[in-house]
Amino acid sequence: METLRQELKENIIEQLNLEDFTVDDIADDDRLFGDGLGLDSIDALELIVMLDKNYGIKLTDPKEGKEIFVSIAVLAEYIATHRTK
Amino acid sequence: MKTCFIHSAICISAQETFYNNDFLKEASEVTTEFASAIHPVYKDYIPPAAIRRMAPGVKMGVVAAKQSLNEANINIPEAIIVGTGMGCIEDSEKFLNALIDNDEEFLAPTSFIQSTHNTVGAQIALGLQCKAYNMTYVHGAVSFESGLLDAQLLIQTSEAKTVLVGGVDELGKEFSVFFNKIEKQQPQGIQVPFGEGAGFFGMSSEKAGAFAILKDVQVFETVSVADITSKLKAFLTNNGLLFQDIDAILMGENGDAYDVYYHEMQASVFLKTPQISYKKVSGEFYTASVFGFWAGCHLLKRQEIPKILLKNSIEKKNYQHVLLYNQYKGKEHSFTLLSRC
Repeated sequence: METLRQELKENIIEQLNLEDFTVDDIADDDRLFGDGLGLDSIDALELIVMLDKNYGIKLTDPKEGKEIFVSIAVLAEYIATHRTK
Repeated sequence: MKTCFIHSAICISAQETFYNNDFLKEASEVTTEFASAIHPVYKDYIPPAAIRRMAPGVKMGVVAAKQSLNEANINIPEAIIVGTGMGCIEDSEKFLNALIDNDEEFLAPTSFIQSTHNTVGAQIALGLQCKAYNMTYVHGAVSFESGLLDAQLLIQTSEAKTVLVGGVDELGKEFSVFFNKIEKQQPQGIQVPFGEGAGFFGMSSEKAGAFAILKDVQVFETVSVADITSKLKAFLTNNGLLFQDIDAILMGENGDAYDVYYHEMQASVFLKTPQISYKKVSGEFYTASVFGFWAGCHLLKRQEIPKILLKNSIEKKNYQHVLLYNQYKGKEHSFTLLSRC
């Protein structure tokens, strides 16, 4: 799980061009949206594409995103359970 | 009809034109393969949340626009007009490559959203929360001049009191490489590096604080070398001027076979006129004439010609009327006439 969390942090920094962040800056429980990393709705779309492309997870209900993209820890947990690749 | 006064001229280019106020005193010819822009510290001007999605062209455009509005003392312009030849080519490349690499699946939205040609105009407006007229012109080497024409018409007809107009193009990662390969295969291709840059200008119908006037702009798709001088004569006549009234001519020479258009004028009607050639320092790109326009504005403001730009050895004490002539591959010709306030 730790490896997956690390991988997610690296991917999020790269995919979302978070130039000012390093992996060490993102704690597992930091909120991704709002006060935490400050991601927005376009980033949510990027994350949905990343889940599909990297882990074979298709999110069809946008409400699901709100529950999954809470933090790196929650996202990693969801991926570990639902990944098809 | 109202007069179109120019209040600010800001340029980001391959030379230190943004921070440095010495008007190209330390400029030099670009000898590298590409004339990459000297970028300002964008974080000083754009919020971090916004900057991370912006490609170089968007950043250059937004910052040049912001600075131009500051210098012109315009808070919110009544029109934002942008000219661009290739738009946001870097994001277009990214998006199209992703399309191919991912077999038309998994298309990330950011590069697609940002790849449209009007991204720069939109980001300027978003940053200012400006809901006024917003137009982007994409027409090869007359993209910027098409925007100038629009700006002039808006001010002349009192449809807008203040207009922000500019031009921007970025190198991108791949297009510029292909461009170079094609040019190298030409018998006499473009001899200056492919470049990038952005220039923005604050214009208004108010004279106070202005240093130049945009007198006239004309664009035309084709004209023969034999007819170019008579075409220019008609343009000048229309503005009540003769060839000898032009105090400096800025030409978009790039070393290719089509420079004969410029040579035709340089060797005849402008033989005794200060001749300026700028693409050796700016590079060639679809909106490279923005650099020429910026140089023309500062020439009138400072009443001097930077040595690096002067092609012949003729200089004048007073510069009242400056003419810009640009063309690309014998097409997309433009005349732009600037006058001192």
